[in-house]
Amino acid sequence: MKFKARVWKFGDNINTDLILPIQAFYLPAAEQPKYVFSANRPGWVDQVKPGDILIGGKNFGMGSSRPAARSLKNLGIACLVAPSINGLFFRNCVNFAFPAIECPGVHDAFEEGEIAEVDFEASVVRNAARGVTLEGHRMPPKLMALVKAGGIYPLLEKEGLIAPKP
Amino acid sequence: MGMTIAEKILAKKSGQAKVGPGDLVTVEVDTVVLIDNSFNPNRWREILKIHDPGRIVVVFDHRVPASTQDSATAHRTGRRFVEKFGIKRFHDVGYDQGISHQLVADCGYALPGTVLVCSDSHTCSAGVFNCIARGVGEPDVIYSAIKGETWFRVGETVRYELEGRLSPAVTTKDAFLQIAGTHGDHATQNIEFGGPGVASLSIAARKTLTTMGAELSAEFATFEADAVMLDWIRARNPQPMEAVVPDRDAKYAAVRKVDLTALEPLVAFPDTVIENSKPVAAAAGTRIDQAFIGSCANGTLDDLELAARVLAGRRVAAGTRLLITPGSQQVFREATRRGIVSTLVEAGAVVTPSTCGACGGGHLGILGPDETCITASTRNFKGRMGDPSARIYMASPATVAASAIRGTITDPREFLQ
Ligand code: SF4
Repeated sequence: MKFKARVWKFGDNINTDLILPIQAFYLPAAEQPKYVFSANRPGWVDQVKPGDILIGGKNFGMGSSRPAARSLKNLGIACLVAPSINGLFFRNCVNFAFPAIECPGVHDAFEEGEIAEVDFEASVVRNAARGVTLEGHRMPPKLMALVKAGGIYPLLEKEGLIAPKP
Repeated sequence: MGMTIAEKILAKKSGQAKVGPGDLVTVEVDTVVLIDNSFNPNRWREILKIHDPGRIVVVFDHRVPASTQDSATAHRTGRRFVEKFGIKRFHDVGYDQGISHQLVADCGYALPGTVLVCSDSHTCSAGVFNCIARGVGEPDVIYSAIKGETWFRVGETVRYELEGRLSPAVTTKDAFLQIAGTHGDHATQNIEFGGPGVASLSIAARKTLTTMGAELSAEFATFEADAVMLDWIRARNPQPMEAVVPDRDAKYAAVRKVDLTALEPLVAFPDTVIENSKPVAAAAGTRIDQAFIGSCANGTLDDLELAARVLAGRRVAAGTRLLITPGSQQVFREATRRGIVSTLVEAGAVVTPSTCGACGGGHLGILGPDETCITASTRNFKGRMGDPSARIYMASPATVAASAIRGTITDPREFLQ
């Protein structure tokens, strides 16, 4: 999985309630992305284009177990790169097969609007304009396999352990 | 080099002699708690097989009693699931209902040395019972229910040595605010609590600390076992158990002392608890529209009793509403028997059924635009309890009750000495 697109930047400690606010919590998954960052960056969802890359700050996705990672994926974000990703949020990135890389230094390597080249499996992030290449933490093989399988539900469905989506 | 409590449990449950920070482990899961949210028609994926129905607990807590058509459908789906798999530990609306993390304590579901998961971030609450418990994603919970296992990344451990004794108007919520304010988040780390100060703390008081571990982004928050805790479990769960003690040469990222005696009432300012705590005096006089005491962190009998001591013979200020949510119907019943509920209601508090309600801004006690709230619950993110323009301060039940009387943020030492 390789991506090349413009980046959007967010700061430290972005929480799940900003990504998936309570007003959207019980809506169908397809309707939830409209609400992403409505409290801290209203109008942003209309500017984002499918394939764009999100660069976060420290402890990205702190907070609840709600499926906030899925909203970013459904919004069309190709990949999240942040110096550190909250443990629970990271689980949900794996669960919903949303590519996410922990990469120290990434926040300073980009200005918003610059182009990033990301090799997810190799965990390499490049800012060609600045000649900067960073290496992130590699996702353990077991989790990478889950992401490649499309996340937990497609895997369980294939194994006949949950019913197909109605 | 030895292991910390969390490392020892992760090693045992993954069938290894030793694990350390940086490892990824697959562990056996002893207890899987499913909550009503999971059965929501927009999310539920029908499970065809369960690893072991005896390991499952089903709790309705987030929207209880059903507040919308949608939550009623979720509850119905949950009841059918329970029936289909013959699940015994089911907490439906009524006598046995409560917030999942409070019920785990009420019923002794979390045994020392075991692994518990639930799709709510405050699941770390159960770590008070010397086990490892973690909030995971909904798909993780379904996976654990079906396969009986899950994965964890092993983090390093920070140990807190509690010393001394709390003074009357100070609680472990203030101890938490002190830790969050001074040391910030503990992302990727485990928290271990121990030390001579633990003995003076009730299970409820300890549980506030483990529950709030979620706000520090900790992986696990775990207490050392003592006789008080083991007796608590024995009174509720006949299964054999074995406490886990850290090795003498366990390696910690840091060992920090918390002097309970020196603590004073603190308040976290709106939007985060991370490095955002100040003495109550710094916010004193701020007008509040709503005061809330409840949630899986502060809905215990101790919390309600403390609020009643502050409110006895007094009235909530005009223009301020005080909502109090017992953590479980069992807590509610006991508080009723002891006359605590009547004291609260006489003071003008609205006592609600046990639910996540106001804490999660889901269906009850929701804040309007530009309102100010002081809460003794778990989380004060922007928009957490309703409109994103609302301001949420966080404090102990004593501080919240005192503030409700004045209608402004108030130091509880005025009322409790
Ligand atoms: S009371 Fe609040 S923090 Fe606790 S489980 Fe419910 S919503 Fe989550």
